[in-house]
Amino acid sequence: MKNFRPAIFYGLIVFSLAVLLLAPFIGMQSISLTDIFSRSGDQVYSDVFWKIRLPRVLTAFLAGAALAISGMVFQAMFRNPLATPFTLGVSSGAAFGAAVYVKIGLFFAFLGFSGQILFAFLGAFLSVIFVYGISRLKKGFTTNSMLIAGVAINFFFSSLILFIQYLSDFSRSFQIIRWLMGGFEMIGFRPVLTLLPVVFFGSLIIFFLTHEINLLSLGEDIALSRGSDVQKLKIFLFFAISLMVGSVVAISGPIGFIGMMAPHICRLLVGNDHRFLAPVTFFFGGAFLLFCDILARTLISPAEIPVGVITSLLGGPFFLYLLIRSKEEGVFV
Amino acid sequence: MRKLQIDIRNLTLQFNGKPILQDVSFQIFERDYLSIIGPNGAGKTSLLKCLMRIYPITSGEIFFLGKPLQEFSQKNLARLISYVPQSDGRYLPLTVLDFVLLGRYPHLHPFGSFTKEDLKIARDALEITQISHISQRQLSTLSGGERQIAFIAAALAQGADILLLDEPTTFLDPRHEQEVYQILKQINKSMGKTIITVTHDINSAALRSDRVVILKNGTVQYVGSADKIMDNQILARAYDKPFLFTEHPLTKQRIIVPEASER
Repeated sequence: MKNFRPAIFYGLIVFSLAVLLLAPFIGMQSISLTDIFSRSGDQVYSDVFWKIRLPRVLTAFLAGAALAISGMVFQAMFRNPLATPFTLGVSSGAAFGAAVYVKIGLFFAFLGFSGQILFAFLGAFLSVIFVYGISRLKKGFTTNSMLIAGVAINFFFSSLILFIQYLSDFSRSFQIIRWLMGGFEMIGFRPVLTLLPVVFFGSLIIFFLTHEINLLSLGEDIALSRGSDVQKLKIFLFFAISLMVGSVVAISGPIGFIGMMAPHICRLLVGNDHRFLAPVTFFFGGAFLLFCDILARTLISPAEIPVGVITSLLGGPFFLYLLIRSKEEGVFV
Repeated sequence: MRKLQIDIRNLTLQFNGKPILQDVSFQIFERDYLSIIGPNGAGKTSLLKCLMRIYPITSGEIFFLGKPLQEFSQKNLARLISYVPQSDGRYLPLTVLDFVLLGRYPHLHPFGSFTKEDLKIARDALEITQISHISQRQLSTLSGGERQIAFIAAALAQGADILLLDEPTTFLDPRHEQEVYQILKQINKSMGKTIITVTHDINSAALRSDRVVILKNGTVQYVGSADKIMDNQILARAYDKPFLFTEHPLTKQRIIVPEASER
């Protein structure tokens, strides 16, 4: 396959891993290698590194990877660069699920997953099925009608979240607002340990189905005529995406546009063959959100900007750029 | 006697209670070159999609090599039959070679990758269809004719004995139309594959195919030899308009004369 360019493929992955390695050393307070292993006297730096920076960096990386690869699958499935879990309202669905959980004040866990994650997963799955159902209703579902459906679903769930906030007391309401802005202010490794298995299995499903995703990106008729069991395939993919988006949203809030920008940039660099695109998107998406989180931590330090605000400030113009371009050429990338 | 490949018995297809195909029955034999013609909305494309199991049939039966359609997995079906859909003009995000290679998908082991053998078969398919020189081009940059031939190459790589084609020459200029027909003839005559093609071009259906099926409002109006369709008894009934015929100067077959209006 001449189309496969190893330099770019491995280069991007190495670059992303380098960002992951360096990120915990960057911040309001620079930390050096010797600081983190220091056992003598002042252990502040070492604590900052191990208990705050490292968990945060790992969570952001996993979240970015999961959002990016989910976005990549949606783009292929809907054959549209603007179709991502965020723009089509899946993140809002997950956010609604998680907000319901916060509001009813239940605390339970199932198979090691917190109730909030399960609620977010259900919210995400509900809206995935909803979006897909709508897109099937009308034959020749255009970009415009798909985006309008996404806007409608976003409005719908946003109103429900507002309603929940209205019913909540002040502190809980603020808690929901802050969480909706998206961010990784966290201490300890719990979020990482929660995300790790979910992102691992979700991505594994996607990595195993890259031939099938290639077929889907050519349209369902072609996928069927090549022998792919499209209905079963979509259920697997929807499950993987709902699981990942639900968990990420439950932990860090709905962070927008990563699932659009990261896979798109990777498509431009490595092409549309998902066998190569999926791993690159995974690592690059992680590094991309990590980069945004570094901006969030450092731009106006000592204060922080919610990372969701940063990604949306970048993503909004990017979205418009894609929209204008796709109207002109009707293209995928 | 050639082997019976596809046996369609009383096939009915409905969408939301609206009949698309009604009581369609006919048979397709090994190495047939069969054209399906008929007015717009007759159900031609739907019939192909029923054969490829893109649409689930409402009632009736389809047998492939004596085995009912529903007993095939989609993968096994794809090893037997391949499909070139009508161009919908939507963006296709792969290179020609990668696209043709995906034709090998039904032969892939679960979680497996394409082998050197698959790559060779894909390259052979490009060779046969004479598009090796554009193997690294993006599908989206191809002309309509090249794109159509790339689709046929992918169907060939699939290795199925039966090819379904939905209006393969619509929107093509005469030279590319000719090219596509030549490739189809080669696939049919020298490779022994069965060709089932939907077309609006009645002349080419009569001149190039062995047998013709005429559909109208979802029912079969005619099944039989292609030489006999050039007759207003048959065509005028199907298209609700009479045709004027003449003789082909070379082959002496009957062909339809284009309408001429007074200026």
